[in-house]
Amino acid sequence: MTEKLISKYFVEGKTFSLAEYEQDGGYQAIRKALDMKREDIIETVKKANLRGLGGAGFPTGMKWSFIPQNTGKPVYLVINGDEGEPGTFKDKYILRHAPHLFLEGVMIASVANNVHKAYVYIRGEYVKPIQILKKAIGDATAKGYLGDKIFGKDYKLEIVVHRGAGAYICGEETGLLESLEGKKGQPRLKPPFPAVVGLFGCPTVINNVETVSYLSFILNRGPEWFAGLGSEKNGGMRLISLSGHVRNPGVYELPLGFSLRKLIYEVGGGIPGDKKLKAVVPGGLSAAILSPEEIDVGLDFDQLRNLKTMAGSGGVIVFDETTDLVKALTVTMRFYAHESCGQCSPCREGTGWIYRILKRILEGKGRLEDLNNMADICAYMGGTTICALADGAAMPLRSYPQKFRSEFENYIKNSEANSRVLQST
Amino acid sequence: MNMAEETAVKKLVKLTVDGKPIEVPIGTRLIEAARMTQEDVPYYCYHPGLSIAGNCRMCQVEIEGIPKLQIACHMEAKDGMVVHTKNEKVLKTRQHMLEFLLVNHPVDCPVCDQAGECWLQDYYMKHGLHDSRVNEDKVSKPKAVPIGPNVMLDNERCILCSRCVRFTDEISKTRELGISNRGDHSEVQVFPGKQLNNPYSGNVVDICPVGALTDRDFRFKIRVWYLKSGDSVCGGCSRGCNIQVHTNLDRPQHGTGRVKRLKPRYNAEVNQWWMCDAGRYDYKYHDENRVLAARKTGAQAFEETVLKEIAAKLKASKKTAVILSPQMTNEELYLARKLFRDELKLQHLYLASPKKDGFSDDILIKADKNPNRKGAENLGFTETPEKFESLFGLSAKGEVDGWIIFGQDLLSLYPKAREVFSKLNWSLFIGSNENETSKLAGFVLPSATSVEKDGTWTNFDGRTQAFRKVLEPAGEAKSEIRFLTQLGALVSSGWSAQTAEAVYQDLAAKEKSFPVRSYADLSGTASAIRVQAAPTVPSLQQYDNIL
Repeated sequence: MTEKLISKYFVEGKTFSLAEYEQDGGYQAIRKALDMKREDIIETVKKANLRGLGGAGFPTGMKWSFIPQNTGKPVYLVINGDEGEPGTFKDKYILRHAPHLFLEGVMIASVANNVHKAYVYIRGEYVKPIQILKKAIGDATAKGYLGDKIFGKDYKLEIVVHRGAGAYICGEETGLLESLEGKKGQPRLKPPFPAVVGLFGCPTVINNVETVSYLSFILNRGPEWFAGLGSEKNGGMRLISLSGHVRNPGVYELPLGFSLRKLIYEVGGGIPGDKKLKAVVPGGLSAAILSPEEIDVGLDFDQLRNLKTMAGSGGVIVFDETTDLVKALTVTMRFYAHESCGQCSPCREGTGWIYRILKRILEGKGRLEDLNNMADICAYMGGTTICALADGAAMPLRSYPQKFRSEFENYIKNSEANSRVLQST
Repeated sequence: MNMAEETAVKKLVKLTVDGKPIEVPIGTRLIEAARMTQEDVPYYCYHPGLSIAGNCRMCQVEIEGIPKLQIACHMEAKDGMVVHTKNEKVLKTRQHMLEFLLVNHPVDCPVCDQAGECWLQDYYMKHGLHDSRVNEDKVSKPKAVPIGPNVMLDNERCILCSRCVRFTDEISKTRELGISNRGDHSEVQVFPGKQLNNPYSGNVVDICPVGALTDRDFRFKIRVWYLKSGDSVCGGCSRGCNIQVHTNLDRPQHGTGRVKRLKPRYNAEVNQWWMCDAGRYDYKYHDENRVLAARKTGAQAFEETVLKEIAAKLKASKKTAVILSPQMTNEELYLARKLFRDELKLQHLYLASPKKDGFSDDILIKADKNPNRKGAENLGFTETPEKFESLFGLSAKGEVDGWIIFGQDLLSLYPKAREVFSKLNWSLFIGSNENETSKLAGFVLPSATSVEKDGTWTNFDGRTQAFRKVLEPAGEAKSEIRFLTQLGALVSSGWSAQTAEAVYQDLAAKEKSFPVRSYADLSGTASAIRVQAAPTVPSLQQYDNIL
């Protein structure tokens, strides 16, 4: 297997201190960055093909180049550590084990975008990681790595940690900004995009915890090397959160484009009891489900898009043959119904409606028209709202009954309602 | 082309809406651009007077080159845009959006006060017409919650468009409302410990597109389709908000009052889309406690008899005082000046306000509670309290022995007036509503209220606004103009019956502060709120097609 980058720090029970991180060659890339021209850092990141690893997969360098630097307003960097996508738990590992690796990434991203104040928004449940990060920021500040003159250079940088309050929607970047500003976490209308009008009305870069954690490697070892690790246009490595019915669940760092089959059967050690595979969620709960015939695919943004699903947040959830997918979808939809912010009518009403239909099917009161109705509702729920939550709900909702229709039909055919209809005719 | 014209041209963008090329000013929202082509894009959350929320998703349109449909309330018109507001994709989406809005709606139209002016009903007939596919239980929420002295909230009917929340945030700036909870459990609520009791609270009822916010004053009085509407101007303060007067004449079983409610009428320069609660709920006097017939010493009398006796007294002596008020119209003040000052050469003409200064803010409400002080001033009547109160001394000494009082309750307002009142030889009260003065006055003539006559008021800003008769005067009431011209004919020659508009034309020709314009013109560019901020109700023909 390829060498470990971030995950080499994932030593059970250990947090790498500032001294240990420096001993390992840490805080060299930021020194380099401080001597570089801003544009050159962005160019390097572009060349590395680094993609946003929070879920959308947007090329990071390109995102940075959209930031207007001439508005007279400060530019903010906001790190999305909300990690709310079910089946994803990689950022927690980074913050817990390698806080300084992450901080160095924040510093590089700040320097690249002329940012002097960066906010790290972390989901509220991550109590320990937040404590660890705060201590790390304290240590870095004491050492002069953060503050008025970082690394002795004429560059001021402050990092603020903000703890979220547990809403999934606050992982959506503009919902996050609203929450960070002290408001109810509800996504904003776009345009304007956060790059132009973001936090407190200023141009804002929003990056994921994992994305910035790769920056020091790219600066230290060159963009060509990083790009070479992954597949075409999908540079480098990413952390895959593997969970569900596998022998070895956990966080694995793999090059982009790594085979899903190999992930399940080699890295993950296969399915316990050697049961048969029924389905895989490849990129967080919001990704369309894949059938066993579709697992010979590379886990990168483009290959998965071709299968009408997505690499998303890198959360892979494996379902073995014993899984009741109707139940799984019901639980999934309960999540979206509960987490919909309630702003847009299709999402607010649609997610709850679908959940109640599924619950009824589970209770044995399904009707055959429910499946067609769900498909139709889902077609108009996705793509018609302010943010992507409804799209995220529509993806599983479309794919489960599409690929496993017989399971849904079985529930309905055996349902009371249906048998009553059959009796009366 | 001069430079101003050149920049004006530059500020236009050209786009195509449903195949029709149009030019709109830069920054125009597509929803407004579409309106210019007579294409109505439906919406709930959009309101031209509020910020853009973009949450109802009804106004999605297709813009060529953008894969997803876009909301027309948020997207600005750009040069070269090709917009489709009624292709199949758009219409289908619209229908589905409406279906979503109705998923948890109780459809309790038979008991809902909004029925008949409900946008869910209107749009369902125009854009929905689907059979319900909802087999699930609806989310139940609190119903009939009084959230303030004027407003009742039904959360089940609410479509969470957030117009009311934005109104209290952006217009009244009182911030009583918020949306709590998430998903389909979201609810509009008053913040703990607060009430929706700001001076503009009634407006949230106007802008609520559904039956979620209803007016506690109007609730269950009458079905809205029995109402008739007439345009008028509010006389509650010197702002002169443009209003609609909604009346019921045909169905006496729905209560005795003819005026059922007042609604604001859009006027960009005066009140935009809004009106204050004080003005909105001050309409009962049109129907209650009215002076319905002429009286002489407390007993009903013929109007002619009273007028003749007054004319005789006016001719006999110059010791009459005339007490005018800034509640009167320009036409009335003008005729009063002509008759009493110019023809009869009376010395004692006074202007006195029945209403003292009160609450004001920098939104709409003015401290001066009289609608026509500016007009009175333009006609040469200024109010000087010392001069007016000297009237009581003159009356006590017998230098003045008769009073003609227009409308106001002088005896309650001035204790001194009560003292000298009994010493007068005679007094005439011309007014619409009974009060202490009307009870004690020797002669009484019944006059019309502002919704029962034509006239103009000049607001604090110097804007002269015409209002038209919405209702026939109650009982035997007549407009003051009628009484003044009749009196004029009795005391002098050259007086004949005149319409208010003719009086105004005469006035405007002589007084340069009054614009020489027709009443139709002076009603301003105001148009009904339903046109400005509401959907088009489908025509009857459309309903026929459906049926």
